[in-house]
Amino acid sequence: MSRLSIPKTYKLFIGGKFPRSESGHTYEVTTSGGKFLANAALASRKDARDAVVAARAAQPGFASLTAYNRGQILYRIAEVLEGRREQFVAEIMASEGVRAGGANKQVDDAIDTWVWYAGWADKYAQVVGNGNPVSGPFFNLSTPEATGVVAAVAPQSGSANSLLGVSAVIAPMLVSGNTVVVLANHTQPLSAISFAEVLATSDVPGGVVNILTGDVAAVMPWLASHADVNALDLSGGADLEWVSWSQDAAQTLKRVLPPSDGVPLRALERVTFFTELKTVWHTKALG
Amino acid sequence: MGFLDYAPAPESTSILNLKKSYGLFIGGEFVEGRGSSFATISPSSEETIALVAEASDADIDDAVKAARGALTKTWSKMPGSERGKYLFRIARIIQERSRELAVAESLDNGKPIRETRDVDIPLVAAWFFYYAGWADKLEYAGLGQKPQALGVAAQVIPWNFPLLMLAWKIAPALAAGNTVVLKPAETTPLTALLFAEICQQAELPSGVVNIVTGAGATGAALVSHPDINKVAFTGSTAVGRNIAASLAGSDTRLTLELGGKGANIIFDDAAIDQAIEGIISGIFFNQGHVCCAGSRLLVQENIHDDVMNRLQSRLSTLRLGDPLDKNTDIGAVNSKAQLERITEIANSGDSEGATRWTASCDIPAQGFWFPPTVFTNVQTSHRIARDEIFGPVLSVLTFRTAEEAIAKANNTPYGLSAGIWTEKASRMLAIADKLRAGVIWANTFNKFDPASPFGGYQESGYGREGGRHGLAAYLEGGSWKGGAK
Repeated sequence: MSRLSIPKTYKLFIGGKFPRSESGHTYEVTTSGGKFLANAALASRKDARDAVVAARAAQPGFASLTAYNRGQILYRIAEVLEGRREQFVAEIMASEGVRAGGANKQVDDAIDTWVWYAGWADKYAQVVGNGNPVSGPFFNLSTPEATGVVAAVAPQSGSANSLLGVSAVIAPMLVSGNTVVVLANHTQPLSAISFAEVLATSDVPGGVVNILTGDVAAVMPWLASHADVNALDLSGGADLEWVSWSQDAAQTLKRVLPPSDGVPLRALERVTFFTELKTVWHTKALG
Repeated sequence: MGFLDYAPAPESTSILNLKKSYGLFIGGEFVEGRGSSFATISPSSEETIALVAEASDADIDDAVKAARGALTKTWSKMPGSERGKYLFRIARIIQERSRELAVAESLDNGKPIRETRDVDIPLVAAWFFYYAGWADKLEYAGLGQKPQALGVAAQVIPWNFPLLMLAWKIAPALAAGNTVVLKPAETTPLTALLFAEICQQAELPSGVVNIVTGAGATGAALVSHPDINKVAFTGSTAVGRNIAASLAGSDTRLTLELGGKGANIIFDDAAIDQAIEGIISGIFFNQGHVCCAGSRLLVQENIHDDVMNRLQSRLSTLRLGDPLDKNTDIGAVNSKAQLERITEIANSGDSEGATRWTASCDIPAQGFWFPPTVFTNVQTSHRIARDEIFGPVLSVLTFRTAEEAIAKANNTPYGLSAGIWTEKASRMLAIADKLRAGVIWANTFNKFDPASPFGGYQESGYGREGGRHGLAAYLEGGSWKGGAK
């Protein structure tokens, strides 16, 4: 008699923990062929707010790590992801209906994305910062730093890149020390939550990345208008109400990155978009 | 006469050669506006200086068309080195006409001639000179190999530094290869109109710079025009929010330089006499009409009384009066409406329980004036500690530890500026790291330079003006926003 397998309970990832939705709601996730795969947590408005609280609490500490340390944490994510490759390949094949080659390619790209951004952590400030030759006896230096808490929409169905999509959105934000609340691919959320297990075992402090699954359109308005969210990444919002969210965000002057067509490309600009430039003047004098 | 009383030393207005009325500057010519006209007055005397046209929607459409035409026919085809030469010419003419511009600015705005002559106008020339040199070096700006101009920029500026804000907007826009339609503030259009004459003297190709005058409705019509590629706005956070919401989902690029409630932090080891001067330049420079003003003084508790005594003593020596008098420190408030707003918020300080101190000075019978005012016993919840007053009103709070100073300084939705006064450089740098503000002045305040980026965090807006980073507001570097299916 064959052994009965043990399916995983997919939950949310908030503050380094894996809670169910406080609402008690779940929704059915299926294969591309419509076969039942899992019941994913349907995040509520309250879950989103809890995630913002966790992200805000984690932000100053994460931003004050040395850039070298943050780079190592991002690289560690790549290491742990590589070690769990088989799990992700199987999960992607089941939920996205792709063959092993395609699934492996997606995992390769996700790992390489983390490695690429890891290397930026202790370099981007040198590329985008500036010493400024002002007309007077002043030391004057402009340096970038994290914007704060970012709410993000990962690429949604159609892109069939549930792991790569969430990685391509989160990684650049973490480079400078932002913390993130990300809404996973609605129809293919499983590898995003499994990816949370990678984060939880990769020296990423709890609360730095918070992953919600569920109805993006229902949760996003609350994050877009949340006064303690500093920026929005609407990469996956093209087919949703992203303009309305942008209007909500204007009330607190959030920085808003509009939708990408598919999975965002690797770019230094994705790092710098979620930074603020700080310019410090200091007097110079011999005595 | 006491030793602090000086004989009047007014700068002569004979250097001005103003017209009785001004039209709009569209396509390189002054044209009659199709709307009504309004008077721009001197806030120190309430006398009319000139009549100014209020641009109608049709006028704005003409101005945008002129800017679009100049962009496609001349400006985008011209090598950067030639664009730069026009900007150098403009910088030189501003230097040549600097005294005239300083007098006009003081007359129209109410700020002291000492500031327009020594700060505003020299910086205006410096801004054009700085960006002139960038025009043929854009590929070195760190924005990609072939950065491209955005197109036609709609620019709306405030009344607190009229010509300087014009320079902050127009110099980088033109250097980057854009053409512009700029609307100066309703109460301070004069120097923008003189700048239009300077563009003519520099033989700037027609339509590259267009100046439309008017009030809020004119500005709203300009920033919502369908054929613009970029909006740059400096002004209130409330208007900034509306612009951001109206442009949501469009391809029009936006930079916003909005309000502030800057903290000026004084530690007990600071050079106190220098700090006193810094406090004063932080909040009483330009009558406090400064978005990055150090309007919240955070003073370490053990030196509070000493700092207040010295501050009040020093403030008592400031001279309030005729903006054109070379001895004047504090000029007129820019408008009746602004005076009413300052008065209203200051009154809330009384009613909420803070203690008001006002420098004793004679208030002229005509014009709009508010004497230097300091509130002590201020709580972080008071309106005077939270709202931008945009006037010569300082709110004083205390702290005991650096951590408390940081927490109080960051306790605001704004994030434009901050000051730190301490002789300990390591403490200064550690605190600068923790402050959520775009510009931090250590042992100085309210310094500006074309090479130094300026702009805020959070509700103080986004984007930077000045320096290499200021070019990013007017250039498109490449298509990094795309994705892969």
